[in-house]
This record gives sequence, C-alpha cells and structure tokens, in this order.
Amino acid sequence: MDELRKRAHELLQSGEVKLVIGYEQGNGNKVRPVFITNPEDTAKLIFDSRCVQNLAVYLSKPEVKTIGKPAIVATLPVLRTIIQLASENQLTDDSAVILGITPDGALRNFSTLEEIETFINQFEIQLEERDKKIIEQINQMTPEERWKFWVDTLTPCFKCYACRAACPMCYCTKCTVEQNQPQWIPVPSHQLGNLEWHFMRAMHMAGRCVDCGACARACPISIPLNLLTKKMMEDMKAQFGEYRIAIKKGNPMSTFKPEDSETFIR
Amino acid sequence: MTIKRLIIQKTSLEKFFDVLIQKGKTIYAPKRKNEKINYEVVNHFSEVCDDYIQTTQSAKSIIFPRTEKLFNYNKGKGNITLEDFDPDQVPEAVIWGVRPCDAAGFIPLTAIFNWDSKDEIYNTRFEKTTIIAFSCTSADESCFCTSVGGNPGNTNGADILLTGMGDKNLFLAEVITEKGEKAVSFAPNLFEEDPGIEKEKYLADLPKQFNQEEIKDKLQAFFESDLWKKQSLRCLGCGACAYVCPTCACFDIQDEVHGKEGKRVRCWDSCGLSLFTLHTSGHNPRSVQSQRWRQRLMHKFSYMPQRLAVYGCTGCGRCSRACPVDMNMLEHLISIQEIQK
Amino acid sequence: MTDKNIYLPYLLKIEKITREAPGVKTFRLKFVNEEEGNNFNFKAGQFGEYSIFGKGESTFCIASSPTRKGYIECTFRQAGKVTSALASCEEGSEIGFRGPYGNTFPLDEWKGKNLLFIAGGIALPPMRCVIWNALDLRENFGNITILYGAKAVDDLVYKNELKEWEERPDVNLITTVDPGGETPDWKGQIGFVPSVLEKAAPSSENTVAIVCGPPIMIKFTFPVLEKLGFTPENIYTTLENRMKCGFGKCGRCNVGEVYVCKDGPVFTYEQLKSLPAEY
Repeated sequence: MDELRKRAHELLQSGEVKLVIGYEQGNGNKVRPVFITNPEDTAKLIFDSRCVQNLAVYLSKPEVKTIGKPAIVATLPVLRTIIQLASENQLTDDSAVILGITPDGALRNFSTLEEIETFINQFEIQLEERDKKIIEQINQMTPEERWKFWVDTLTPCFKCYACRAACPMCYCTKCTVEQNQPQWIPVPSHQLGNLEWHFMRAMHMAGRCVDCGACARACPISIPLNLLTKKMMEDMKAQFGEYRIAIKKGNPMSTFKPEDSETFIR
Repeated sequence: MTIKRLIIQKTSLEKFFDVLIQKGKTIYAPKRKNEKINYEVVNHFSEVCDDYIQTTQSAKSIIFPRTEKLFNYNKGKGNITLEDFDPDQVPEAVIWGVRPCDAAGFIPLTAIFNWDSKDEIYNTRFEKTTIIAFSCTSADESCFCTSVGGNPGNTNGADILLTGMGDKNLFLAEVITEKGEKAVSFAPNLFEEDPGIEKEKYLADLPKQFNQEEIKDKLQAFFESDLWKKQSLRCLGCGACAYVCPTCACFDIQDEVHGKEGKRVRCWDSCGLSLFTLHTSGHNPRSVQSQRWRQRLMHKFSYMPQRLAVYGCTGCGRCSRACPVDMNMLEHLISIQEIQK
Repeated sequence: MTDKNIYLPYLLKIEKITREAPGVKTFRLKFVNEEEGNNFNFKAGQFGEYSIFGKGESTFCIASSPTRKGYIECTFRQAGKVTSALASCEEGSEIGFRGPYGNTFPLDEWKGKNLLFIAGGIALPPMRCVIWNALDLRENFGNITILYGAKAVDDLVYKNELKEWEERPDVNLITTVDPGGETPDWKGQIGFVPSVLEKAAPSSENTVAIVCGPPIMIKFTFPVLEKLGFTPENIYTTLENRMKCGFGKCGRCNVGEVYVCKDGPVFTYEQLKSLPAEY
C-alpha cells in the first residue's frame, strides 16, 4: 500500500497524470472508488482483498476524462479489461498510467499495453466453485427447466441498469435499450422486457466479457447475472476455440475466419 | 382520529395474520430468498422473516408497481376503442412488516400522485392496502430516520404500528387510522387493552445526525456549487438508488403493442439515468452526472418541501446499501451541513 | 375530471392536414365524442399530450384559439418516433389527446394594452393560439404588431395566415428571413429577428411583448427589448422541456423547483431570470 501511495504521489507531483483512480475506505466496511487530484490526498488510497470493483469503467466516463490523463490502480480483472478495451480501440498506450497490482498484492508498473497482455495471459480465467456448481446444475436441466430457472431468476429485475453501468465493456454512448426507432427492447420492467434485456446484453458480451463480476456485484437484488456471461464464455470457447484477450488478435465475434463453425445456420 | 393503544400476544399475532388471509386479503411480507429479504406474497405466518434491519427493496411496488397498465387500446376496424383501468381488479392487500420509515414513505408518494390532479390508479391501490408496520429495535450505519423527522417507533403513514416488547412475545399495537381499525375489527378478541406500556425503551437508539430544515435552506444557494461534481464523480448513473427508494416516484409512459391491440403503461424511471431529460432534438438540460445527482438531492430536500410541504426522504438507508459505489446519502447530507457559507 | 383516469386520452379525428413547411404539419382535430368536444375548454398557452396508440405521446401546445369552437389544432415538426408516426397519418385517422395542461397567457390582464408578438421558425405555433385569440377580441387591445422570422422562405409556417395578417389594417406584420434565406420574389425583411426588431423599434409604452423562438434567438431578443424600454414583467415567453405526464408527477420537466408543465409553459422574463440555468 505504501509503495502504491508513493508512486501515486510521484505521478501527481510531477504532473505526469492529473488524476489517480483508486480505492478508498467507504462507510462501514465498504471500499469505494476514489479520484485523487491532489498529491496530499494520496494518503487516502488503500488496497486490500475488499477492493474488487472494476475501476476501468471510469476510463470511458466523460466526466472523468475531462479531468485529464489518469493513473489507475489495476488488479488482474482490471488489467484484462484494459487490454480488451485496447483491442476495441478505446485505449492506447498513452491513455493511462497503469498501477498494476499482482494477485499477490504487489505493485507492478507497466509501461506498455503489450507488457500487460503478456502478464495477464499467465493466468487462466477460472470459474469459482460456486458458479461451477450452478452451471453444472443448469446443464443438467431440460430446456423447460432451464427456461423456468431463468424466468424465475430474471423476473425480479427492475431494470435499474446497474449491471450495465458497472460493466466497463458497456461504454456505448447510446445503448441498444435507448434506441426507440425502433424500440428493440421494451423499456418497462416485466418478464419479457427483463429477459430480452439480459439475453441481449449477454449476447453483446459474448467474446468480450473479461469475467470481472462487476455486473453481479452491482445488482442491488443480487441476481447472478455473471452466470449468463460466464456461460457465454464457455459457449464461445466451444464454438470458436480457445481465445485469449489480445490487443491485435480481434474479437471472435467481430472477426471472420473461413474455418469458423457455422452451426447457427443449420 | 386519536391513536388507539392495544396489546397483542405473539400467538394472537399469528392468529391475526391467519384471519386476514381468511378475509381474502393478499398479504405482502418480508421473505428471505437467496441472500436478500424482500416483500413477497405470503400465505403462512411461518414464511414471514423478521430477523433483519431493513429489506433490500421498499414496499412501494405494492401500491406503485414497476409496471402499471393505464389502459388498453384496440385499433380494430379503423376506429379505436379504449378500455379503461378497472378498480375492481385491484385486490385488497395488506403490507405486513414494514418499518416506520417505509410507512412514512407513502406520505410523499401520495402527495406527488395527488398534486392537484389525482391519480385514480395509485389511489385505488392505496385505499385498498392496509399498512401494518413494526417498530425497529436496532438500526445500522445507513439508517438516519431521526434526522428526517422520523424515528424507530414513528406512526406516520402506518395503519397499525406494532412494537415488540423485550423478547417479542408481547406487542404494543397502535391503531392509527380507520383502515387499521377495520383490520382490528376482524378479530377484536385477539387484542387487549394497553396497561400503559412505554414503547420508547424498546426502540433502537438512533441519534440525529443532521438538521433537514437547515439543509433545505442551504441548498437554495448551492445550485451552482462544485460540491455536486465532487460528490458524484464515482456515481455510475444507474437507477438502483431510485428503484429501492420508498419515496421515489419518477416514471415513464410507454406503449406496448401486440398487433392491432396494445396498452399504455406507466413504469419506473430514474432521474439518474442520462436519458431522463433528453429532448428529441438531442439537447439535454442535465447532460452530466453532477447535474443529475444535484437533481436527486435537491428534489428530495429542497423542491419537494417547497412545493408539496413534505420531504422526499425517510432515512431508510436503502439507497446507500444498494449503491455499488457507496454513494451514501447520510454522508453526503452531513457534508452539505458542514459547508460553511 | 377528478374521477376520470388522468392518463386516459380523448379520441380525436384528424379532419384536415396542412403542410406548412418541410417536415412541419398542422392537424385540425375534432373530438370523436361530440359531447366531450362540446364540454372541452382551454385557454391560450395551454398544451396537450398528443398520441399515436402503439407509439407513444408527444407534447405540443394547442395552436388554435379558444374562441374557435368545435376543433383544436396542433402544429409539429417531424423529429422523433411519435412525430414521425403522426406525420404519416392521413385525414380521417384517430389519435389520442390528453389535456389541456399548463398555465395560460393572461389576456385579461392585457386588456387595453398594445401587443408585440415576436416569433422565430417553428416557435410561431405556440403563439398562434394567443394571436388569433387577441385578433378575435380585437377591440380589447391597442396596437398589435407581429414580427416573425425563419431561416428561409420555405420554413415560414402558416403562410396563408401570414397573408391574412398582412392584409389586415389593424395588424402590423413584419416578416423576415435569415440572410441567404430569401427567394428572388421575397418582399419581406432580410435579417435575424433580433436585429429586425431593433430596426423596427416598436414602442414599449403600455405594451406587452410575447416572445417565442429557438434559445439563440431568445438570448439576443431579450436585451433588445430591454433596450427598447420593456420591463421584464412585461415580456412573456413559453418554454419547452422534456415531458411525459404533463401534470407534475413524472418528475422530468422541472427547472429547479419550477415545473414547466404546471407553473408554465408561459413565463415572464422576470420569472425566467430567477430560474437556474438547467433547461
């Protein structure tokens, strides 16, 4: 933590960055994102196992971008996000200074995006035991049972869009649900509207989701949304083979290869 | 009417619950599902959860649902027919187990839906719903009802308020309204005269943390302040706080089509979402999050008291608990109070 | 009105469609239920929510005068989902209407005064109701001057009525188009509305000014009016904002604590000055 604070202080003091995005102590036992522009305030920065929110979501936010070049505290999911954003032309080497935090909690500075890409590909995206169990359960279900499971799980959703707001990959300035000519997804919250929203979002995440879990954590009523996106990842691997998050390789869903399986056409 | 004070044993309370079911009421009570506790239809007393400080969602969806049909239309053969809302379709309901802050939340909601023009749909649901509240014996760090004119044993907005004594085998039942009286009249033998119980000693201790009148007066001068930007930088711009809030009433009107038929619905909306005030021309009076955050706070603590003589917050703390990035209402209000002019 | 479902619209039939300008149409509407039509009353300045069932509602002022019974009119520009659906309606189609909502131009207070109407482009419709209302009660008012401008000749709305107003001896009509918007046979002025206003320099003595136009026009017109001696309580305008319910419940159209649908849409410049800059 001290190293992190020192480095943040250096960066602000020298003017290399105008802003440090990190974590600070919140109310009760919560941690929350903090935006530091004053070198003295770097004392507020903390880092511990509670710091799991994906800060990369702020890199695309106009209100944050206007402040100036940021430095961002980046755990592994955040690093993966940064590379995915770079592969979608949202970030370059100069967009931000990356204050990486390794899974052991050590500070690691990265000077280029390539360095980050090499680093993150040492680690497999693993499913947590709990999620594995539920996915296995779902895989055993008949189509009718699965439909009932998802209807029961998604009907309580009230379309607050916290999942979308917390997801760093949802950076579209005008979301599909905000289109009204035509209205692709119904606005009100009810069974059909909720299913359409979540299924559509899962499809938009296919091949792009970096498995940070921000969506499920943000949901105020604890809907296990990440199951949909994780299942998408499994399906993507099955259809298009193993893919790694990479700057230049191109996303499976936005690049065409002659050997792509076209089972959906049958 | 003056509040009538009665007492009821825990076993009789269960019986009272059953009587209400027998009378055909649809009872909504806190029920545990996965890790969250929310209001659901319950049929048996054993389903009711009472081991919590506050539910995740408010009970407003029972009277102001997420999606409410306003009318049906049919474009049949050239001319259009409209089918109006039918008040007889609305069931008699009981909300069992709200906290005083939630019961009080219906007061600003009712004020908004009756401001000059009366929303008959809202009023029908409200009139057919009996609100049975339970006092709070404990609070957490997000609660602040005492700072906004409430308290853990407040009767505002409730039809009946039950306060559990010590080990919760005996309850003080305060019957506040005619609706509450009617409910008690279904099983009067279950209730006894109050021997003079002092309920205050059974309530949670929650010191007042800010003065809402002071804040209302301060806010008038703070429209252009940069405090809004500072407070809202981490806000993600979702609708979680508005949707779990017991007093937030902002809504959208949408048409849903099924071939030649369809309906117009009223559904929840949030001033925190960027689309809320967007004009068709592309102009948006509240184009950045700080302006939207300012609207949220000022609407509740300045505009509503000025126009409707009622504050838009009851201190339930749900917004703070639900927010993914800890936008804590209590913290923000205290920091406004501390700003020197 | 109190027991009626406030969200339930009246059914209106489109009796006549007039193409005013590219993308701009006027509908003349009659109530399908004659009794409702006879009981319907409104005052100049009020607006309604016009709807296409299945598409949604859109907010326009009632553009006809309350002195003319038996129908109401609205003028709109095709811009989004609902207005595009309205624009594709034919005569005889039925639409929905909720209203009247909002406050009104205080014509009673203006008795005996001179009236100066200033409008730009698509903002003439909200003023048309009060212009015709005043003209239908002509003896109540002193001089009536109308200054109306648009980007180009084709963008001028109510072209037939402009001709009528021009030919009336008891109305002084000044029309203008922006520089570059004139046609070879254009006989009106050429120039932006604020500068034409300054040139015309109408007297502010015992006069009320009613201004409506795009924000940029309003921004430059108010100082000219003040220079001519108009006081802020004698300058009126009508505001627009994103609306849904139209009666102060959906929480969308407020500017500070002022709700455009309830406290407006008609405001004086005096009131406007005290509003926060959030519209």
